[in-house]
Amino acid sequence: MQNRAEDKLLIGSRAFNSRFILGSGKYSLELIKAAVERAGAEIITLAVRRTNTQEQANILDYIPEGVVLLPNTSGARNADEAVRIARLARELGCGDFVKIEIMRDSKYLLPDNQETLRATEILAGEGFVVLPYMHPDLNVARDLQNAGAAAVMPLAAPIGSNKGLAAREFIQILIDEIDLPVIVDAGIGRPSQACEAMEMGAAAVMVNTALATAGNLPLMAAAFRQAVCAGRQAYLSGLGRVLSRGAAASDPLTGFLHD
Amino acid sequence: MDKQFLVDCDFLSPAALAHKHRLEQNPDCRTDHMVYLPGMERLNSDICAQVIGQMQDFTDSDYTARDVQAALAHEVCTPTDFQALLSSAAEPFLEEMARRAQWETSRHFGNTVYLFTPLYIANYCENYCVYCGFNCYNQIKRLRLERPQLEQEMQVIAASGMEEILLLTGESRAYSDLEYIGEACRLARQYFRLVGIEIYPVNTDEYRYLHECGVDYVTVFQETYDSERYAQLHLQGPKRVWPYRFEAQERALRAGMRGVTCSALLGLADFRRDALASALHVYYLQRQYPQAEFSLSCPRLRPIVNNAKISSSGLGERQLCQILCAYRIFLPYVGITVSSRESAAFRDGIVKIAATKVSAGVSTGIGDHTHKYHAAEGMQPSGDEQFAIADGRSLPQVASAIADAGLQPVLNDYIYV
Repeated sequence: MQNRAEDKLLIGSRAFNSRFILGSGKYSLELIKAAVERAGAEIITLAVRRTNTQEQANILDYIPEGVVLLPNTSGARNADEAVRIARLARELGCGDFVKIEIMRDSKYLLPDNQETLRATEILAGEGFVVLPYMHPDLNVARDLQNAGAAAVMPLAAPIGSNKGLAAREFIQILIDEIDLPVIVDAGIGRPSQACEAMEMGAAAVMVNTALATAGNLPLMAAAFRQAVCAGRQAYLSGLGRVLSRGAAASDPLTGFLHD
Repeated sequence: MDKQFLVDCDFLSPAALAHKHRLEQNPDCRTDHMVYLPGMERLNSDICAQVIGQMQDFTDSDYTARDVQAALAHEVCTPTDFQALLSSAAEPFLEEMARRAQWETSRHFGNTVYLFTPLYIANYCENYCVYCGFNCYNQIKRLRLERPQLEQEMQVIAASGMEEILLLTGESRAYSDLEYIGEACRLARQYFRLVGIEIYPVNTDEYRYLHECGVDYVTVFQETYDSERYAQLHLQGPKRVWPYRFEAQERALRAGMRGVTCSALLGLADFRRDALASALHVYYLQRQYPQAEFSLSCPRLRPIVNNAKISSSGLGERQLCQILCAYRIFLPYVGITVSSRESAAFRDGIVKIAATKVSAGVSTGIGDHTHKYHAAEGMQPSGDEQFAIADGRSLPQVASAIADAGLQPVLNDYIYV
């Protein structure tokens, strides 16, 4: 078992203590700072299209120092658009991290795995630290890994749905089979669901709507922080006899075998 | 004929007046509103048949309180549920609908409310739409902003902090030709992050040209989805062709535009049917063009220059609120715009429930912005407005009202790629 002190989240060449990634859309700028602090977040996502503003209150001004920006390509409908937005983010001084979001569906905002793979290949080739938002498909996750992704970000449920781990079984497969951090993104509606994802072995979780729609946003950020820590500790400690199928006999059934 | 719409102005020649009266009194003098004019592109699309078929099947009295309760209990609102929510039977459930709508809005849009302003660049019109201030028989000051005035208006608006603009014209290809509009759009791209248009419907290749000029959103109001009623109100001009207008959004999307806005002008015909058709128009477009972004608007009839009698009687704020809640519950992912046709109090209330975009700093006249901000002697006169507005608040005033409600005013959430 890993020593907790060494339990860092490794993405690209960076190491993070926090496994809670904060979305920044959907709520007021003044709350971002409080949310980051209360959540203990070290990574915050940022829609490039939201920073594309002359507004005096630019979102970049509200992000505390030391926090790594994870610009996303929200608004891209194909790989080429995602690549253009990622390059723009780099020019804007958002660093080399990029979360690829490519949606060809404005209703459910489901990621387009094919185009995401294409964008990952291009951007990883340009030296970006690429975190693709994706459907939890094992074949695609393997391809993304081969294409140079730094992590994969499978959705747990439709974005904004707060439905929790609807894609649980498929995310578990990715966790079991992929050698990259698996960051559960979209659909996590409450701290208990974040905790569950972490217990499963997710490397981190990302939350946005669940915070934005909370009555007290900073307090909810704090609750998620604790839930993520609890889930991670449970995972590291090795979950005991919590079996989802079959039963465990206290004495081995094959104990009579002697040769 | 709806007499409240008809006004004769002094400037018309006896011959013009006689022609106007013939159009008003004798339907046989009018062209067939279902026949495309030469040059109008025809699409092979079944969206119109789907929308209009369902609209015609809708009978308000078919729905009961039980249907409304069932609709509110369903997690996903079907077209049938939506019809129940639009019906008179849903009126007693307005508060419940508002709560559900608020929840959907917050799930999909969080706390954000987007702001934009319209800029009317020309008010020439070659159509006779009896309810509209720009109609060709109405005696108003006509104006088309040329480049220096256009740029001045844009500078004034941009200086106010606005980043999204909607360019509007009257519907005249002769006075506001495509090239003129394209140039205005290119200019607007220099001052604004996001440029939308609300102009006469054009063909796909023409929308593609405008897209290349920097436009990404197209608004076309169908006015009414009831084509027979439409024919009684749009007596002359290319706008009279109802199906060409219906297909405008589809042509715009085929041309590569990112998003489109649909709406009826509520109050011209049965508002429940028009609201139903507006939302179904979006619903079926989304199935065909899933990558596109969609918005609904909800304009109600307003008084115009020379005719203060025009109003949307029978469609009060409660009914409008019901329509907007039903829209939100049926199409939670769709933007809902509420213009300055509505009062400040209504707009401040509805952004907490269903609306995601409101206008601010609005003038519906031509060249008004410069006047408004820098009134000075010897300035160019401005052109008359299309309709009277009800909320004249500036951008800072609207933004602070949004912030006071615990919401976040957003000036731009868009990137042209």
